[in-house]
Formats: sequence, structure tokens, C-alpha cells
Amino acid sequence: MSRSILSRTIGELSASHPAMADFFIGVSGQTPKPDGSVLSWLAGVGEDRLSQWGMDRDQALAHIEALAGQIDALRSSAPPEVRALTILGGINKQGQPEDLRLTLRPGELVSVVGPTGSGKSRLLGDIECLAQGDTPSGRRILVNDAPPAPGLRFSTHQKLVAQLSQTMNFVMDLSVGDFIAMHAECRMSGDVGSLVSQVIAQANKLAGEPFGRDAALTQLSGGQTRALMIADTALLSASPIVLIDEIENAGIDRKKSLELLLAREKIVLMSTHDPILALLGDRRLVIRSGAVVDIIETSEAERANLTALEQLDQTLMAVRHQLRSGLRIDSPVEEMLPWMR
Amino acid sequence: MRVITVAGPPSVGKTSVVDKTARLLKTRGRRVGVVKFDSLATSDDEIYARAGLPVAVGLAGNVCPDHFFVSNIDDCLTWGQGQALDMLVAESAGLCNRCSPHVQGVLAICVVDTLSGVHTPRKIGPMLKLADVVVVTKGDIVSQAEREVFAFNVRLANPRAAIVFFNGITGQGATELVHHMENAPSVEGLEGRRLRFPMPSAVCPYCVGETCIGRDHQRGNVRKMNLEGPGA
Repeated sequence: MSRSILSRTIGELSASHPAMADFFIGVSGQTPKPDGSVLSWLAGVGEDRLSQWGMDRDQALAHIEALAGQIDALRSSAPPEVRALTILGGINKQGQPEDLRLTLRPGELVSVVGPTGSGKSRLLGDIECLAQGDTPSGRRILVNDAPPAPGLRFSTHQKLVAQLSQTMNFVMDLSVGDFIAMHAECRMSGDVGSLVSQVIAQANKLAGEPFGRDAALTQLSGGQTRALMIADTALLSASPIVLIDEIENAGIDRKKSLELLLAREKIVLMSTHDPILALLGDRRLVIRSGAVVDIIETSEAERANLTALEQLDQTLMAVRHQLRSGLRIDSPVEEMLPWMR
Repeated sequence: MRVITVAGPPSVGKTSVVDKTARLLKTRGRRVGVVKFDSLATSDDEIYARAGLPVAVGLAGNVCPDHFFVSNIDDCLTWGQGQALDMLVAESAGLCNRCSPHVQGVLAICVVDTLSGVHTPRKIGPMLKLADVVVVTKGDIVSQAEREVFAFNVRLANPRAAIVFFNGITGQGATELVHHMENAPSVEGLEGRRLRFPMPSAVCPYCVGETCIGRDHQRGNVRKMNLEGPGA
């Protein structure tokens, strides 16, 4: 038992985090005297209360100590720094070696392309668990040019990787403002009120239709949901690596979304079938049969095509908007596409 | 033989977690067996059998499933030793959030899912609070932010546990869970070992078949709600 717990009063411990205060109240059923010690408080708690809470005295004491340790760790932990992320090849689905040594740096966007079932998700999965030759692909991931220490690999609070996927939804029955505040409080640093405003303002720059802090999280449109997830990941998630499994074209500015993540010095890997997203990347990894078979640098010619593809996309979006507004779509579409004439 | 208890509320994905992890262990040459505890019926043994894992089933029937678990777990160990297992996973039904089938000196895993709400970690009793590893499932269908809030609340409810995010469909997270399972202590037998926390002492007429409602039928260990006074 560390001295720090025994030498702090109940009041000091309760003030360290609401969860600690909740624990004292939850166990004893009443607000404890703030100037007492943990041991005197615990001595005053009846067997019946402890049994209802589901702990004996030693377990309660160990819990308080561990909780105090977690709270200290949360307060002092800086986001882990990743200067370089290196993927070392493993084997493909036929067991043949994958010739790959790829290093990614903060602010870099890499797309991952390949047919469904080719192994894109497996690659993202290897990065997520910082594989060390112990996943089916046999790949190894280096962080800052070295294998990650087991402490970092299996750390609970220093997750290196945040994920964003089109299958994700908000499920919590809360307002946008309350939820973002709850997320900001997990970071235990910074001014929660101002962080909430920043996240919502940023999300509104990405989404077509604006929303406020009082909107219900689960009532947001597809585009608003995705915009809020991206703004929140950029501004509130500590993870330096973001894995994206396709951002659907749901009425959000996808280019701005990626720029926002990259501006926060994140390493972004994005699995996609969409040429506009894929060409936004600096490079793209081509996956076939469970292995990276090619790495294509986005060329000047491709970037020029990207501009044309974006115009095409905007045209389609404009037509979609007409449809949504109840208008007819009878003016010649060719006129909206200058290079087609 | 390493022994691992897996508990968690119904429908969180315990079987998928055990199945995906056991398959990965099998590819590494470990001989893994599973004992599936349930209340009335189960077909999960077919899932394990399909994965080529030795499996035994225990149905508690009209007995409290967690009491049933404790009464049988030692025999399950003997069964596992007879099967020459390297690792025995005991999957429990975990129905009431109050019981904790976790045994001292045996790796205890609690499975919860992100869809159950942010406050769930606080509401689950010793099953979560006294586990060594908390596996969080269904994280792939909620936002990253909700995953982070959920993990944070698990840490506050059980500050000592390792937290593993697990996708029961793809098996993502299995590598991490295998790491914890391979570090589980080896156990020769459970005779004389203790549960991490006593199960509820509920011996009342209803435990033994009483069906009639009313004060005259309430004897033994009866706790009454306080429906008077402030806050009631």
C-alpha cells in the first residue's frame, strides 16, 4: 500500500476526480467526512454496504489506490509521440513473402486500395494491434524505427490508433454538447467548454447542414455524424495514427476532412474504392491476395485527373441537390461539364 | 494447464471472443478446450466443435447459473486434464451483474459491449470490478469518441484491468487477448481455492420453489425496498 493514499484525506482524494468521490458515496451510501483518512472511513463502512457494492475491505482499499494511480497517470500522460511508423512485410494468403518496408511520417496520407476481400482491413488491423509477426499476415510494425515495447503495445490509455469507419454510428442518447464535453473530460486537460465549441464549429465547416450543441447525437444526419466524428477525432483524440475505412460521400467535404486530420500531424491510412479519395493521398498501397504488391506515388498526371474527377463529383452533387430541393433535372448535364463538350 | 474464466452479460459476444481467440491459439499449437455454462439451452458448443475445440456443456436449469458454475468448475478442470489441454476456458452465463465467477489465482476476463451504454461499467458488480482483463466488443459500430469514453469509464470502474477492444466478427483484438491468456497462471486444481467475491446469500422460500406472492410467504433472507421518506 503506497503512503500517498493513506496520507491523503478523503476530501483531497474526492477532489482529485468525480469518480473517486462517486466511489466513496457509492460504497458508504453517504457523503463521507472530508477531513477523515481512508482507513477511518473504511472502518466506518458496514459489512452489508460493502457486500452490496461487491468488494471486501482489502479490495476496496486496493481499488482506491489503483484509481488514484490511474487518475495521476491520466493527468500527466502526454500523447505518445510517433515520428515514424514502419510496416515490414509478412506473407500473402498463399504463404509467399511480401516484399515491403514502408515508413510513414506525421502529416502523411496513404490510401489502401484493392478488391473486396484482398486484405485491406487486415493491413489496418495489423497496424491497430502493432503486429509483431503474431497475426495471420506475419507483418511487423515498428514505431520510431523500433519494435514497440509491450507496455505501449498493450497499453490501455496510450492507444496509438484511432479508427473511423462507415459502419460507425453514434449510439448514445445525449446532446452533441454534453457528449463532446464527456469526451473532453476523458482527456483531463484543457478547457472543456472551449474544446466543445471548437469541435462543433469545426464539424460545421465539414458538414453541409449546420447543427448546434443542443442537437441530439443520434438524430444527426449521416453527413453531420461523419463530420462530427472527424472533427472530434482531429481535436480530441490523442491517438497519432488514424485508420479510415472509407468515408462515404454523405454530404461532407471529404477533402477538408482529411486536411483537418493531416493538419493535426496525424498519420492517416485510408482504405477506399473511391478514386477521388485515393488520389488525395501522397501514395497508395495496392493490395492483392493479402499482401501489398505495389506502392504508387500519386503522379502529376493523376493529380490533374483528380481536378477533373472533383468537377465531375461536384456536378453530381449539384444534381443531387436539385433532386433534394424538388426541382426538375432537365437541363443538359453536359453544360455543367466543360471538358465534355 | 492454464485456466481462464470468461463472464459477461448476455449477448455481448462472449462466445465469439472465445471462439476467435481459441482459433488463433490453436494455430500456435496450443490445445485449447472450452466449457460452456448456460441456463436453459445452448447451441454454442457447435460453434466450438466446428473450430475443432474439445467442448463440454453445463446447463444450470433451475439452479442459479453462477452457483452451478462454482459447484462444477473443479470437475471441469479434471475433464480438461483428461483431454490433455494446455488451456481451459470456462465461459459463464453471467446473468445478474452481481455474481462474479472469478476465482483467485485464475485469469478472469469480463466481456462488455459498447452498445450497453456509457454508465454500464459502473453498474456491473464484481464481474467487471474484479476482472483482470475487460474485453470491450462491438466497438466497430460506435464512434471512436464513444469507444474512448467507454474505455475511460471501464478504467474508473476497474482501474487495475487491462482493456482489450475486440471485434467479434473479424477477430481484431485476438492477438492482444492471446497475449494476456498466455500469461495466465497455471493451475493444477481448484480444490480449496476461493472465489474473488462471495455470491449473494439469498436463501428464501422463492429459492426453493415458492411461487405465491405476499408477506406471509417471505421468510429467511428477505430485503425490502424503502418506499418512504426523502427521495422515495
